[in-house]
Amino acid sequence: MTLRSKSLFAADPHIQSRKRADARFKLYGLAAILAGLALLAVLLGTVIGNGLGAFQQSYLTLEVELLESKLDKNGNRDIEEIKKVTTFGYDPLLTAAAERLIETQNIQTDLRAKDIAKLLSKSAVSDLRDFVVADTSRIGRTVSFDFLVNARVDGYLKGRVTRESIADDKMISAEQLDAVDQLVAAGALVKRFNLDFILGSDASDQRPEAAGIGTAMLGSLAMMLVVLVLTLPVGVSASIYLEEFAPKNRLTDLIEVNISNLAAVPSIVFGILGLAVFINILHLPMSAPLVGGLVLSLMTLPTIIISSRAAMKSVPPSIRDAALGVGASRMQAVFHHVLPLAAPGILTGTIIGLAQALGETAPLLLIGMVGFIASTTPETMGDALLAPNSALPAQIFEWAKRADPAFYERAWGGIIVLLVFLVAMNAVAILLRRRFERRW
Amino acid sequence: MSASKISARACNVFYGDTHAIKGVNVDIGSKSVTAFIGPSGCGKSTFLRCLNRMNDTIDTCRVEGTITLDGENIYDPRVDPVTLRARVGMVFQKPNPFPKSIFDNVAYGPKIHGMAKSKSDLRDIVENALRRAAIWDEVKDRLDAPGTGLSGGQQQRLCIARSIAVRPEVILFDEPTSALDPISTLKIEELIDELKRDFTIAIVTHNMQQAARCADQVAFFYLGELIEVAPAAQLFTAPKHPKTQEYITGRFG
Repeated sequence: MTLRSKSLFAADPHIQSRKRADARFKLYGLAAILAGLALLAVLLGTVIGNGLGAFQQSYLTLEVELLESKLDKNGNRDIEEIKKVTTFGYDPLLTAAAERLIETQNIQTDLRAKDIAKLLSKSAVSDLRDFVVADTSRIGRTVSFDFLVNARVDGYLKGRVTRESIADDKMISAEQLDAVDQLVAAGALVKRFNLDFILGSDASDQRPEAAGIGTAMLGSLAMMLVVLVLTLPVGVSASIYLEEFAPKNRLTDLIEVNISNLAAVPSIVFGILGLAVFINILHLPMSAPLVGGLVLSLMTLPTIIISSRAAMKSVPPSIRDAALGVGASRMQAVFHHVLPLAAPGILTGTIIGLAQALGETAPLLLIGMVGFIASTTPETMGDALLAPNSALPAQIFEWAKRADPAFYERAWGGIIVLLVFLVAMNAVAILLRRRFERRW
Repeated sequence: MSASKISARACNVFYGDTHAIKGVNVDIGSKSVTAFIGPSGCGKSTFLRCLNRMNDTIDTCRVEGTITLDGENIYDPRVDPVTLRARVGMVFQKPNPFPKSIFDNVAYGPKIHGMAKSKSDLRDIVENALRRAAIWDEVKDRLDAPGTGLSGGQQQRLCIARSIAVRPEVILFDEPTSALDPISTLKIEELIDELKRDFTIAIVTHNMQQAARCADQVAFFYLGELIEVAPAAQLFTAPKHPKTQEYITGRFG
């Protein structure tokens, strides 16, 4: 027997050491939580600090005279003839506009107008051409147009590019930055919110300032749609069968073990399976969200089946007994009673599966959804599913490996978009769960 | 004793390799109460669950012999257990209302069996069932409230109403009061006494006083065998078998 203290007020050594162990354990737990929170704060801080810049872009406002002599020599506004004027034809207009800018804003510089025009993005001429082709009545007028400036100037306004860092840079000179300072002071060069980053398409290596994530977002959405349409019915039916109807024998045991194992298979394995089956055998198009969705469905199915089965298993057997006891068939017992009670769990599992699929990059590497995919916003549902596209995480990966540091900022911006997506999906999961739980 | 409603002949039940019920022969009289008593694990609940084929849901369970309802073997391959369970209802040990409203709990059976032609029809069936289960006065003002929000005794009477609503011929009670307080137990016993005018009732109970109070006929099970079956008064006062004697005098069990 250990010594037990006679008084309730005096703790014996054994109790004291137990209390100390309790306190230590609580402390470990608290420390773990705090460490986790700190890491989360660092993560979010880094992502937001690096990525917010992508949501802002610098624009230079120029008064451009759309000379009829350059754009429509015959003056008959024939759209086909106007379309024949290439972007080179628009270059002189920009130079002239830059010249006028130097005069009107009284910019003190030794640079020629051509060098000032070089502050603009390489996509400036094509933006202007699109503007003219969209409405030919603009020809002959002088219009005020906000042009994207190139990534160096944009980076200078955001603090990423400094006078020291451009010492060896052939793309921009100190004189040009002097002019930029004056243009900013004059209010012609401004930084503002950039909707094109959220809605636009990816741009080539030379034009990071024009790159947007919108098209990749649509690619991801199309894939999620495919995954949802395929996995929810298949996954839920499979789990209903396995949980409620399947006999318990060797075969179903084997199936069960395999489903659990499939959930742990590395996603790249599903990628190479998709490449072999969907593209090489079935000849579905490369880089298409449909194929991406099919591959991600294979990956998501085990997750959904496992969570749906767990949700159904947690419905008390007494509910099934009650239904059978009043003469319901087994199917009625499942559909009237078990499924409604399991729905919150099934939905949560589905959305977690979808969120996992949304963030998956590896299988997309193998079916060609990574890389610069010069796609524009798909216009029809068929296009969205079959035209080559990228996906949010694949686009982020693509930007992160490009050379220009301006793309690095966009990669972080893409991560913010991806995180917003995930938070939104989780919010939907919580809302659905609440809604179904209210029906007790 | 009235004519028998259910008859079991040479009934054997196996769970895998376990022989749970051994050659039971018993007749359950029409519109009377038959109680099954015996120590824990003696097979009385298993036997009760055979009477409406609730054991079908257990994969390893196998039933041999015949059990007839009005002369028809309920284990005949032509018998649909769903039809059988509509005629032989069941009330379970733990009250298990559906997590739905009181009204929907009672209306569920009539709905799936297509017993109500209109909404007012359905309301009448529900009201009638709740009245007969002696719970109408307590819940008539809150039929939309969840059935799971009632007290244990009320929940059990709701479950009885749910069974009655399907208009079965037989109602099986599997230890219906073991989770209830004495007052609720009393109400359920009074209810069973009332219900036997219209239904054939079989009840499993641990409580010998309950069997003595409610039952017309008592069957004593021991280790899977039916030791003795006799009218209640006779079994409790002059048991024929020494095991029965020992059990009812509290020597074991």
